[in-house]
Formats: sequence, C-alpha cells, structure tokens
Amino acid sequence: MAQFLFFLLALICVISILGFILSKNQIYNALCLVVAFTAMGGLFSLLDAPFVAVVQIIIYAGAIVVLFLFVIMMIDVRKGIPPEKNRWTLYLSVGISLVLAAEFAFSLSKAICFLKTPATKEIGNPTALGHILFTKYIYPFEITSVLIVTAIVGAIVLAKKREEE
Amino acid sequence: MIQPIYFIILSLIIFVLGIIAFFIKRDLITMFMAVEVMLNAANLAFIALTKAIGIIDGQIIVLFVITVAAAEAAVGLAIILLIFRQKKTIRTEDIQVMKG
Repeated sequence: MAQFLFFLLALICVISILGFILSKNQIYNALCLVVAFTAMGGLFSLLDAPFVAVVQIIIYAGAIVVLFLFVIMMIDVRKGIPPEKNRWTLYLSVGISLVLAAEFAFSLSKAICFLKTPATKEIGNPTALGHILFTKYIYPFEITSVLIVTAIVGAIVLAKKREEE
Repeated sequence: MIQPIYFIILSLIIFVLGIIAFFIKRDLITMFMAVEVMLNAANLAFIALTKAIGIIDGQIIVLFVITVAAAEAAVGLAIILLIFRQKKTIRTEDIQVMKG
C-alpha cells in the first residue's frame, strides 16, 4: 500500500512539474505548482513527518502560490510569453542539470549503504518536534521572527507607490 | 516500508527539473517559481534523511526553510512588481540594462 502511494504521489509530482515546464500560461504554471506541492506534502506524511506535511500544504500550496497568483493578476498576462528565439539555453540547461545529477549520484553512491534501511526510532510525533523546537532550536526560532518582520517591512517599502512622482 | 533512497532519488529528479525550468523560462515570475521547486526538492531530501537516520532535527530545518521561502517570496515578488512598474515588462530579454 505504501509502495503504491509513493509511486502514485511521485508520478503526480513529476508530471505536474513537467506540465509547469511545458505550459506557457503563467496561471497554469502556478496551478501546476499547487498540485506538485500538495503531492509533496503527501510524500512528507509517508516519511513520518505529519506536521511538516500539513505546514507544507498550508504555507506552500496555500500561501506562497496564492501570493504568486496575486502578482500574476497584477501583471498583464494576456500577451503571453512569446516562444524563445534561441534554443541554446535549453541545451545549456540540460547539460548543466546532467552534470549536477551526475554529481549528486556520485555522492549518493557513497552513502547508499547508509540509506538502505530506515531507522526504527519513532520520529513522527509532533510533540517531540515542538519540544525540540522550543528548547534546542529556540534561538533560530526567535531570529526567524526578526527575518519575517524584515521581509514584511521590505516588501511594503519596495512595493509602495511614491506620492511625489 | 519504502527505502529512503527512493525519496532521495525523487528529490534529485525534482531538483534537476527545477533547474531546467529555471533556465528555459523567459519571465521573472515563472523563474521564481522554479526556485521554489528546487527548495522543495531540498526539503524532500532533508525529510528522507531524517527518516533514514532517525533523529528529528531535519524536520526543524525544513520548517525554517519553509519560513525563509515565504519571506523570500514576499520580497522577491515586491521586487518583480517594482521592475514591472519601471520597465512595463517582466520578460528577461527586455531587462538587459542595469541602469534604472
């Protein structure tokens, strides 16, 4: 059952990202991303991380992609993106990603004996997650609030219209 | 039980697809979405390693990555809006001059 779910979710994820690459319409791109991120949340819950799965669906598929959709609606999409003139960027990107994939596969082959069997320890408990977040990782957690305030203020200052112009 | 190595290979595939999307797309917003896809692939690798090793700290890292991605999306989209107001376009072919 878990095997079937894994392959189903992985297939949904990869196909929607392929649709994201192939589609020219920005709205369809964003909707493909919603599907991909939701499937990714399902994969997280298969890996015994239910809290992270819910956070992924709420924040990524719910908040970030909706933010993208808002900005797409503020910018004119009716014109569409014209087809690319030069195809060499495609070959360049495929080349770069193949090099990177080979690099990943090489480093993975070193660690493959380590990754064969999952550890038997219980890690899916949100209580343990909250406990470690507020004891061991309390300083990063507090610093994150500073980061969010900076991002909000920065976004407002950047996107505000100047009156004197 | 599924071996964690399958998840790592899936995250590799998604990361590579994100890189391809980043290079072949021609407008700023879609390129920015490709960056989000790559961040998600990294998250998947973190969660898979958390499962493989059996310590919960990787999930905390993923929470922080999601937070930073949200902040980054807010600021990045504000910058894209600013570019659109000044240049009236978000196509990368039209934004080749650094002077504002």
